[in-house]
Amino acid sequence: MTRDAIKDLVLEIIEDIDEDADFDTLESDKPLRDQLDLDSMDFLDIVMELRKRHKLQIPEEDYPELATLDSCVNYLEPLLKDA
Amino acid sequence: MSIKNHRIVITGVGLAAPNADNLESYREKLLAGISEITEVDLRYFGKAPAGICTFDETRYRKKKENKRGTRAGCLGVYCANEALQDAGLTVEHYGKSRIGVYVGLTEHGTVETENEVYNISQYDYDVDYWTHHHNPRTVLNNPAGEITMNLGITGPHYSIGAACAAGNASLIQGVQMMRLGEVDMALAGGISESTGSFGIFASFQAQGALGSADDPRQACRPFDKSRDGIVVSEGACIYVLETLENALERGATIYAEIVGYAMNSDARDYVLPYSKRQAECMELALERAGLQAEDIDIVNTHATGTKQGDIEECKAIRTVFGNSKNTYINNTKSIIGHAMGAAGVLELAGNLSAFTDNKVHPTINVTDLDPECELNNLVIGDAIQLDSVNTILNNSFGMIGINSVIIVKKV
Repeated sequence: MTRDAIKDLVLEIIEDIDEDADFDTLESDKPLRDQLDLDSMDFLDIVMELRKRHKLQIPEEDYPELATLDSCVNYLEPLLKDA
Repeated sequence: MSIKNHRIVITGVGLAAPNADNLESYREKLLAGISEITEVDLRYFGKAPAGICTFDETRYRKKKENKRGTRAGCLGVYCANEALQDAGLTVEHYGKSRIGVYVGLTEHGTVETENEVYNISQYDYDVDYWTHHHNPRTVLNNPAGEITMNLGITGPHYSIGAACAAGNASLIQGVQMMRLGEVDMALAGGISESTGSFGIFASFQAQGALGSADDPRQACRPFDKSRDGIVVSEGACIYVLETLENALERGATIYAEIVGYAMNSDARDYVLPYSKRQAECMELALERAGLQAEDIDIVNTHATGTKQGDIEECKAIRTVFGNSKNTYINNTKSIIGHAMGAAGVLELAGNLSAFTDNKVHPTINVTDLDPECELNNLVIGDAIQLDSVNTILNNSFGMIGINSVIIVKKV
């Protein structure tokens, strides 16, 4: 999966959680939580969706890797290289 | 602790019923006997008559919150906000920590659990796919708690589990907590999301107690010879309770005063009702209200449309109201189905407007009255106009032998 595809995947999952989420002004290197209406339960939703869609098991210690859109892409790129 | 015998009044009503999303249109539909019971198609179970509520689900909270929370929470948040608005109050008036939220439930968590088991069945029952939302959605205080989160209320909140007597039980709890001085205002009512559970339908079916008809609007037929069971409905109704003193001081519109209540137990059977205890419950509520049976203008029956249940309640009503020439009897479930934990409060709301229009809404779907259900002044088919309505007695009974009665009076 390309970096752009991974980015689209993450945004698509966030949109499923909150369809009112506004991505127009989203800065990819800033924490998602500061820019969108997301809390810890929503991040668990993201983890669950990645599990459901791509059978990814993300260990709890790696959750901080999902903080920004850029860090999500960096973290998921090797995991989804064959997807 | 000081206990004051405050007079407690209803000053706001918010509701979602299978035929209306506000008191005014609800009253109109009930007076006209308009049922909007429809047919649902449930996972595993198939089709069944049911009452489904249509209301503006995102008027008071975002879609995201509705997705995260429960259907019961969604219904509750809508009704609590509507009730406050109807009362002309904000949560700041009494202070957020001085408001209590008491919600009656028949059951909770069944829908969420069934959905989650179905979800993991899609993943070969691997519990790694079980949602982290399960516990916060299924804790029993969930519907009441979702209301506090939405409104920022920091006073107490909890649910009252009392089978289908739960709506009345929550009102009683609200009155008691206000008299104890625990809170200055209560949001009390009942909620049901039971139409989302195939298991609830299947269990009534297995018990031979699920109502049926070619036209779903005719499936709930209390007192009719052909009645064959319950129509499960979702719904909610939340009341604003204040002391009479405070309500008068701020010039509030007062719907009614809660002047009497009682709850008791059959102590006998899991599902079968018992007229003797039901009669005792009504008599205790009358005694506490300082009223005689003949002082009651309207009795809203609990009757659900089951063979035995209706007969038992009619026996109890004959025992208590047999000599009350001016007491009129009706049934709201015939029009809206059985809203379970919301039944008591929704049915009371359906009759509350009688204090202003002096009408008694009808019981519908009775074409062949069961002789065992004959009652004096049973209002069938069409609404009737009385000279005045000043008191209403509201019955609500439930499984495991639980009975509740509320008496309200015009102020």
